[in-house]
Amino acid sequence: MLVLTRKTGESIQIGDDIELTVISIKGDQVKLGINAPKEVDIHRKEVYLSIQEENTEASKGIDNLFNLLPKND
Amino acid sequence: MKINTKYHGEIEVKSEEILTFEHGIPGFREEKQFVLLPLPENEWFYILQSVKTPQLGFVVADPFVFFKEYDFELDQASVELLDNPSEKEVQVLSILTVRETLNESTANLQAPIIINLANRKGKQVILTNTSYQTKHLIFAQPAGKKG
Repeated sequence: MLVLTRKTGESIQIGDDIELTVISIKGDQVKLGINAPKEVDIHRKEVYLSIQEENTEASKGIDNLFNLLPKND
Repeated sequence: MKINTKYHGEIEVKSEEILTFEHGIPGFREEKQFVLLPLPENEWFYILQSVKTPQLGFVVADPFVFFKEYDFELDQASVELLDNPSEKEVQVLSILTVRETLNESTANLQAPIIINLANRKGKQVILTNTSYQTKHLIFAQPAGKKG
């Protein structure tokens, strides 16, 4: 992993069109600003992982699905 | 074209029925084409079936059937990715994690599937600043216990 040291207000440029700026630092919390193209989805990592996990779990499905789901009368 | 499916065997799908997810969905980045298949004798649930992977099919449902108060706002980037659909052209689905019984089964309300019916583009949108989570029991009450 590339490690860079930055101060408040300083930025990192990733490729042509992604910019990461350190907005503020308070204790162990860092506030980051991100400029990126609209097609790039940006999420807190743990949120993205939980969606990934849930999708994987949901994709397993179950064997007797047709019996489980209620039928219309 | 003919495709093999997880729950429906081999079926015929028309190209205009295919939904395009440009970036796949989280965990399944390479899955860019799905079809929505109804279930026999059932109006509540559908299968979101991958076109290229037969064993990949998600049970999905209209979340508003189970969660009448469900409410969220789409971020602008997602709206634009779907080519600015009008409200009437939008279909919302939730992926269900189906357990041994329906009472234990949950809906992912934090990341709804949004489909633009006009151009059949879809995206699983991860809601930000929301209290919705990945697991909401679809039946708060055990079935069979009425009033």
